[in-house]
Amino acid sequence: MVIQTGKMAWSAVCANKMRTFLTMLGIIIGVAALIILVSIADGAGNSVSSQISQMGSNYLSVQISDNKENPLKLTEFMALFAEDEFAQTSPIGRTSVTGKSGYTDSSVNIYGTSGGYFDIMGMELYAGRTLKRTDLENCSYVIVISYDTAVEMFGRADVAGESLSLDGKSFLVIGVLSEDSASFSSTMMVRNGDDSSETVVLEGYIPYSTLSKLADNVLEIKQFYVSSADESSMDFAERKLQEILLARFENDEDAFSIQNQSEVLEAMEGVNDTMSMMLGGIAAISLVVGGIGIMNIMLVSVTERTKEIGIRKAIGAGKGSIMLQFLLEAVIVSLSGCVTGILFSFITLKVIGNVMESAMSVSMNIRVALLSVIFSGLIGIVFGLYPANKAANKKPIDALRYSG
Amino acid sequence: MIQLQEISKIYEMGNDKVYALDHASMEIGQGEFVSISGPSGSGKSTMMNIIGCLDTADEGNYVLDGISIENYSERELAKLRNKKIGFIFQNFNLLPRLTAEENVELPLIYQRVSVQERKRRVREALGQVGLLERMGHCPAQLSGGQQQRVAIARALVTKPSLFLADEPTGNLDSKTGREIMGLFHTLHEAGNTIVLITHDNQIAKEAERTIHIRDGKVREENHRREEQDRGEGTW
Repeated sequence: MVIQTGKMAWSAVCANKMRTFLTMLGIIIGVAALIILVSIADGAGNSVSSQISQMGSNYLSVQISDNKENPLKLTEFMALFAEDEFAQTSPIGRTSVTGKSGYTDSSVNIYGTSGGYFDIMGMELYAGRTLKRTDLENCSYVIVISYDTAVEMFGRADVAGESLSLDGKSFLVIGVLSEDSASFSSTMMVRNGDDSSETVVLEGYIPYSTLSKLADNVLEIKQFYVSSADESSMDFAERKLQEILLARFENDEDAFSIQNQSEVLEAMEGVNDTMSMMLGGIAAISLVVGGIGIMNIMLVSVTERTKEIGIRKAIGAGKGSIMLQFLLEAVIVSLSGCVTGILFSFITLKVIGNVMESAMSVSMNIRVALLSVIFSGLIGIVFGLYPANKAANKKPIDALRYSG
Repeated sequence: MIQLQEISKIYEMGNDKVYALDHASMEIGQGEFVSISGPSGSGKSTMMNIIGCLDTADEGNYVLDGISIENYSERELAKLRNKKIGFIFQNFNLLPRLTAEENVELPLIYQRVSVQERKRRVREALGQVGLLERMGHCPAQLSGGQQQRVAIARALVTKPSLFLADEPTGNLDSKTGREIMGLFHTLHEAGNTIVLITHDNQIAKEAERTIHIRDGKVREENHRREEQDRGEGTW
């Protein structure tokens, strides 16, 4: 019975192709907008999140804003965090110098840090070694440079053992980071640039103690990173860190701030979800508008086919059969629109994905696609119900007498 | 077969009550071929609607095939129409988008007959009206007479207890009309009950018995056999 009624509904839908297509268009656009917008928002969010988590998500970032007239120096810092609770602690200071190698000179961002930094940030070496404790203790003139810097300054990557001049002082290159170990800021800049080779940010990492000597502005530790053994012990490490810092800074909570990287990630994902919800909501409105279009056409169709309804009723169609027929028509229109919309968005997302290439991975959000199928079905039912009911309630004699 | 007892149908026009049917009573037996005739506005269409269970009477009792349809719901009436009554209309009332075959199949679908059984019975019915070779055509591709044959096939495919024809020859030329009337005679000879509603006295005389309706009342009943005895009744 349902199959037969479905066939009838299908043939009615097919009978007026142009009108059906125009009615479907509302749903097609609604579904395509929903899927494309949410998928793009997801893709953008995922690429940002993955960049954040690539930098390691089990570390705490600490900023010291008020030193209480008692600056935190490297030696004190090392003594303070010598305990086992933290897997790595690493101060960071930054300055900009002019690097020179042969005839190439260029501005280089220099970070003063310790060997732990590379572990915390998940950076990997291409060649050589990272900073050692002895490098810090001896204020050695050694540097670990990024892959891009090596290529830019030396024209090749395997440059461990070469020397690089920074503001006139000669540094020994002890290590080169692997190509994909660029820091977050440099990655962003490179990717946003029109021509990546022009906007490459040159970076090098030297012992923190060496940096203090080199730069006037790096005298005390204002920022440092702490990592816990694993993500599960993050909360414990954070509490311990808080304790130590409170003791150090006269119990003033405002003197420093601790940022949990996983919290940043969570916040970021929260923002993404809100973004997706908002875009999805806006697209859902257009779906509802499409549904109203279906209802409109179904009402016209019911009036046009009053006679048909009369005939069907005369030869024995009950209320239920007529209702089912018109309801199925509405659902067929909305679901076909939905499927077309999904196909359309699939193709569009493929094109966008190809255009954006590696910058952002855009793929169809299957959950949203499924959701749109359910939603379209519901819209077909909800907006088909009133016209179907109107059709089913026509009196057979009135319907038969109708001439239109 | 059919018993109408004091049937009234009342329409309210403003403050006036208009009796489309005014305590009309009649009885039609199994296997009879009866025509109901009367001028337009006499109430014969209302009579047909009530006999055909398309409408219910405001007063009186209607018994169809031993079933009193008083208090029947719309759903039950639809079922009753489907099972017991074969409609044949003046303007054929075929669904234009469906082929002859699909049109004839329709009442069986509503009866939930299986596919094979449907196909078999549709062929049988179309064969009876001599349209087997045109079953794939849409109504628009068929002549008026052929369309009416499809309509008759649609009526007889459910093997109804009653054929109810409303001016079946009204839209046809006289030759085709005679052919259609011939089909009704064949159906009658096969033992079917036929009620023919017409304003055309000539057509009405084809039936065994004619019931005249005027101003919502059953006025007179003519028996064809008596007329035939007097040497009348053919056209």
